[in-house]
Amino acid sequence: MEKRHLVLIGNGMAGVRVVEEILKLTPDAFHITIFGNEPYPNYNRIQLSNVLQGKTTVDDIFLNEWEWYRENNITLYTNEAVAKINPKLKTVISSTGRIVAYDELIIATGSSSFILPVPGADKQGVTGFRDIQDCENMMEVARTHKKAVVIGGGLLGLEAARGLIDLGMEVHVVHLMPHLMERQLDETAATMLKEELEAQGMKFLFEKQTSEILGDDRVKGLRFSDGTEIETDLVVMAVGIKPNTQLAKEAGINVNRGIVVNDFMETTTPNVYAVGECAEHREVTYGMVAPLYEQGKVLAQRILGLDVEPYEGTVTGTQLKVSDVDLYSAGEIIDDKSTKAIKVHNEFEGIYKKILVRDNRVVGIVLYGDTKDSTKLFRMLVDKEDVSGKTSASILDSGCCGGGQADMSVDSMPDTEIVCGCNGVSKGTIVEAIQTKGLTTVDQVSSCTNAGRSCGRCKGLVGEILAYTLGDSFDATKANKKTLCGCTTLSRDEVVAEIKEKGMLSTKEVMNVLGWNNEEGCSKCRPALNYYLGMIHPEEYLDERDSRLVNEKMHANIQKDGTYSVVPRMYGGVTNADDLKKIAEVTEKYNIPLVKLTGGQRIALLGVKKEDLTNVWEDLGMPSGYAYGKTLRTVKTCVGSQFCRYGTQDTMQLGIDLEKKFERLDTPHKFKMGVSGCPRNCAESGIKDMGIVGIDGGFELYVGGNGGTDLRAGDLLCTLKTEEEVMEMISSYIQYYRETANYLERTSTWIERVGLEHVKEVLQDAEVRKELTAKLDRSLTRYSEPWNEALKNQQIREKYYKTEEIPVVLV
Amino acid sequence: MIDMPQTLTKVDVGNYQTLAHQAGKVIRLGEKEIVLFKLSTGEVKAVENKSPHPKGGTLADGLVSGSYVYCPLYDWKISLNDGKVQAPDEGQVKTYEVNVEDNRILLTI
Ligand code: SRM
Ligand SMILES: Cc1cc2nc3c(=O)[nH]c(=O)nc-3n(C[C@H](O)[C@H](O)[C@H](O)COP(=O)(O)OP(=O)(O)OC[C@H]3O[C@@H](n4cnc5c(N)ncnc54)[C@H](O)[C@@H]3O)c2cc1C
Ligand code: SF4
Ligand code: FES
Repeated sequence: MEKRHLVLIGNGMAGVRVVEEILKLTPDAFHITIFGNEPYPNYNRIQLSNVLQGKTTVDDIFLNEWEWYRENNITLYTNEAVAKINPKLKTVISSTGRIVAYDELIIATGSSSFILPVPGADKQGVTGFRDIQDCENMMEVARTHKKAVVIGGGLLGLEAARGLIDLGMEVHVVHLMPHLMERQLDETAATMLKEELEAQGMKFLFEKQTSEILGDDRVKGLRFSDGTEIETDLVVMAVGIKPNTQLAKEAGINVNRGIVVNDFMETTTPNVYAVGECAEHREVTYGMVAPLYEQGKVLAQRILGLDVEPYEGTVTGTQLKVSDVDLYSAGEIIDDKSTKAIKVHNEFEGIYKKILVRDNRVVGIVLYGDTKDSTKLFRMLVDKEDVSGKTSASILDSGCCGGGQADMSVDSMPDTEIVCGCNGVSKGTIVEAIQTKGLTTVDQVSSCTNAGRSCGRCKGLVGEILAYTLGDSFDATKANKKTLCGCTTLSRDEVVAEIKEKGMLSTKEVMNVLGWNNEEGCSKCRPALNYYLGMIHPEEYLDERDSRLVNEKMHANIQKDGTYSVVPRMYGGVTNADDLKKIAEVTEKYNIPLVKLTGGQRIALLGVKKEDLTNVWEDLGMPSGYAYGKTLRTVKTCVGSQFCRYGTQDTMQLGIDLEKKFERLDTPHKFKMGVSGCPRNCAESGIKDMGIVGIDGGFELYVGGNGGTDLRAGDLLCTLKTEEEVMEMISSYIQYYRETANYLERTSTWIERVGLEHVKEVLQDAEVRKELTAKLDRSLTRYSEPWNEALKNQQIREKYYKTEEIPVVLV
Repeated sequence: MIDMPQTLTKVDVGNYQTLAHQAGKVIRLGEKEIVLFKLSTGEVKAVENKSPHPKGGTLADGLVSGSYVYCPLYDWKISLNDGKVQAPDEGQVKTYEVNVEDNRILLTI
């Protein structure tokens, strides 16, 4: 039977969570297509605050990488909005005119920043705070300008303001009300917060209403309704969000503030569902992930036709993600006649707690300075627990001074207590995962249970549960770090240091000595260890072919049906009649289905049968182009001074020389070069790992460029006079990258991590360059041409390339 | 083309000694492609040379670790003992019984 087709509009947090839930329950129920308006895979929007504050990078906030979509057979269209839904025909039409039919349709378009409709709101330098693009805009302005104004003193506004301070800007927060976060905090807590933020350098303008944004094309200032003005180079609007409902409305689906759904997330139109910030359930639209994930769970089961309890709404709590501010609030915040409050205010230590109780039930929580009790109190609030038998001290475990014993509370925490509010994960679920799956790090717990995968606030508690569950075998530094892979608790740097120190010479030895929990490692660590060992001991280490993944092991790129591609070297993209003839003959002789010019200036033979590989190589008689390896790929060249009227340097020759020198060298990720003869850059030197641009009397070297998944323009490393200098600088640069990058870290990410200035500084020193070049030259002696080697070596041919035809003889 | 026997039979598929460790050896039996893996323990495992991933592909050139092979195309971890795909993925590949007698590898098909 043809699979039913599920289409999701919006590649965001809520929508993709529904897909994850569906895949978990019934992996192949649907063929799934996702449309996303942004150019990235699904990312953790919550962490944008931390990106802005420099605590994490955009690369670290992806929730599902591109491979995830591929592995799950999801068709993903990014940068492509759905423009229209046609419920009668059951189709959607995208901004590019693509028409896709659905059996089931989920709308998860989220919301947009609400931009105040004041004159000048369309000027350059006015932004919301919603997506990666907004973050990048702010960071860009911060590089060249000084002054920023954030309109809105709520959660989002304060997180943005703190980020802008971290980016070196002078920040004013404009707020309409007399105190901050008035919907989450009472006056006492708000005043404490304001004082802390002022100490961090934030300035406030209260009870100001913006009436106009001043400037020409770019914003120059703000005018308020009282006639006063303030100068600024950037305006961030954080006054609220507006659900994206236009699409639904135009399709005739019932829309109020959000897209109206019932308790099963069904809209008024059959087979169309809405989930996330764009949906309105029982007259509520939510702006936090916890309720959206609950909705997602219900929707996933509903759409699969499983029995499911209706979604009945969620009580949410809030916290602020600003360094040195610990704050939590949920439920009601203002005392009235019907409430009794438990209050603790320790001015000396900056702690304030207020628990509002009505009819013996907790109805409101405000915590400032110490939020340890937040999960427990929040559970009491949600469960409407009767607290009449309790003393205020037992309600507030950690007492008045914030010194409560953390692991005490883990011990006394019931199994049903929710640890991760965002994802609704209980203590019991976490403990069970730790015990049954042998988990030892917080990252592992996150990937198995989802706890900690959103705002990250619960990670501390997850760590405590880990410590409590593992008892003596718990190791705190191990638990919280990024390990090489799941087989070890050591990080990349620790493993590399151990290999150096102990002089280890095989992956087996490393895994044994360092106590790998998987005797023969996995597909992540084996190739990585093989690389590190070869990089550290270029002369002594014996490369382990069986620790390389398929393409490098076979010296050909595997294709979806198990055939391979063959791409011979064509140094510098320059070929000749002889080689072209051979390619033509081989293509005919072996019935090769496709011959194609690659994006790397050479020719690929695609769809070669595995057992033909060695014969094809023999007939071609050309070296491998390594189109499959974590190594030097191609050096693209332009025609340059040999022919071009603008050419300043002999780029073809330089490209050929470079390709000949560095071919076969193992690098952490693939390494591409381009050599252009003038700044017109016909060989695209600006988006290569190493781009060389000829200028009159010299060369410019650009580094860290990438034309792949994350487009990045290269940065100018240096300008040099001679080809010898170019060779030396490139050798040193590559070697430094080889020694310091993580395996599978492309130069574009590496340079951002270690910093261009740092690399420049290292490579400035002639002694250092000499040392690096010497090491690189020694490494280059390790390699021999792999296709030729396979032809000469019977054992290699037998082991990797031969298929045995067995006549069926009965025994 | 050779007809496959209908009942369970043992087929001699090669020399045990010369079978290399940790790499898949493809054998073709009529229409069927089966891949043999000699583990580091010396044990030989046989599975159909077909990835259980919905997109298909072969298994022979995957990375072998202990008694698992990683699908070379989509990195699924597959047990060579029972053919089961390991969580979080799901699926199963057909396995065959292997016996080694007098240095010959015998496959039950
Ligand atoms: C053959 C070729 C496409 C073509 O028909 O032109 C190609 C084919 C593949 N590319 Fe590519 N890339 C090819 C040029 C490029 C280019 C263009 C270029 O080099 O100027 C890029 C963008 C430039 C860049 O890398 O900065 C490119 C960016 C990628 C990426 C993304 C890398 C990144 O860092 O974002 C991948 C995935 C990866 O490496 O992880 C990839 C991966 C692949 C793989 C190896 C996918 C795989 O693992 O099977 C494809 C193999 C197909 C096959 O069956 O052999 N290919 N790929 C090109 C071979 C060039 C060559 O002669 O060696
Ligand atoms: C800076 C910041 C900090 C936050 N902090 C927290 C926090 O600490 N805790 C918390 O719980 N929540 C927090 N949130 C809120 C949380 O991120 C959102 O509630 C959540 O992302 C909403 O998920 P969603 O899927 O409904 O919408 P989104 O994640 O916005 O996803 C919707 C996606 O749909 C796309 N889209 C829209 N229209 C179309 C179309 N026509 N076609 C195709 N695609 C379309 C959008 O581009 C977007 O990518 C924060 C939000 C921000 C911006
Ligand atoms: S990059 Fe410059 S020299 Fe090279 S082909 Fe283009 S215009 Fe000519
Ligand atoms: S509470 Fe937000 S990720 Fe766990």
